[in-house]
Amino acid sequence: MSFRPAHEIHKRRFGRNLGLGLVLGAFVALVFALTVVKVQRGEPMQGYDHVVQPEAIKQ
Amino acid sequence: MSESITVERIGEAPHEASFNDYVQLLKPRVMSLVVFTALVGLLVAPVPLHPVEAVAAILFIALGAGASGALNMWWDADIDAVMKRTARRPVPAGKVEGGEALGLGVALSGISVVMLGLATNVLAAGLLAFTIFFYAVVYSMWLKRLTPQNIVIGGAAGAFPPMIGWVCATGSLSLEAVLMFALIFMWTPPHFWALALFMKEDYHKAGVPMLTVTHGRKSTRLHILVYTLLLVPVAVGAALTSIGGPFTLAVAVALNAWFVVGAVRIWRRDEVVAEADKYAVEKAVFRFSLLYLFLHFGAFLVEAALKPYGLGGW
Repeated sequence: MSFRPAHEIHKRRFGRNLGLGLVLGAFVALVFALTVVKVQRGEPMQGYDHVVQPEAIKQ
Repeated sequence: MSESITVERIGEAPHEASFNDYVQLLKPRVMSLVVFTALVGLLVAPVPLHPVEAVAAILFIALGAGASGALNMWWDADIDAVMKRTARRPVPAGKVEGGEALGLGVALSGISVVMLGLATNVLAAGLLAFTIFFYAVVYSMWLKRLTPQNIVIGGAAGAFPPMIGWVCATGSLSLEAVLMFALIFMWTPPHFWALALFMKEDYHKAGVPMLTVTHGRKSTRLHILVYTLLLVPVAVGAALTSIGGPFTLAVAVALNAWFVVGAVRIWRRDEVVAEADKYAVEKAVFRFSLLYLFLHFGAFLVEAALKPYGLGGW
């Protein structure tokens, strides 16, 4: 039993799917790297939990 | 059901779109210019950006430019089909459907603006959104088919990337960013009109009011000269700001002198002379105009690179 050879259109679809997959993979990697950079810098992070925040108390 | 439709469409359209056809919708050649100018705007800014943020910013600015290119191809498919230079674009060539180009353009516009905002700041994202709106709606849909000044207006959209790059780093606008915008804005008309003089595309048939058709070629030659002269103070002025320095000023003076000489030569010629040498001067000025922009922004970059060694800048 042999498989039918892939039609040209299937090869093209494979190329399209592969391209899209690589783009999405790169996008995920970029968002992850951006997240790491922003979290490491930690500018906008302040947990409003049950910890006393001296700067929030009026003098 | 879907299987039968797929089979039917395969039979109808042997040119099912490849990945490259979708890439072509984003006008990769325009994107390369956008990447270069936005990168310069970002690197010459006085505030350094983390390399990852810088890469993300440039990618999303380029993606936004690509999105506006896809929207332009969706809207202008009828014009593109008529003109020889654009007839092989994915939509008029039947490789990608108009609706797909629209969908891709809208989706990438949203993704690029939101992601640029998250990666850098809201002002940069707002400017990118405005640029896409300006190119797709104000230029492509509204003014391109209405006025022979379409090239001037369209040039504004291409002029935004270095300004967005600057804002990504600094978070605010400044004289330097405005002058980088003005440099590309004033450069675009002479660049494209020089091309229009020797390309002789069928704009009339396509219903696009190009200056060469509406006002004649003699008037176009004068317009090239006027815009080139107006470009000089902008270019020299940019070299005198904080992104310039002695090196940039020397480059600006040399490039602008060369460009003005070329524009004067174009202005002094008529069609008989131009036909005789197959538009040699017009072609030379067009090629030089590409080099002009590359070297000008390259000079800003060199100046910024020299600063840490105490050599660049004023």
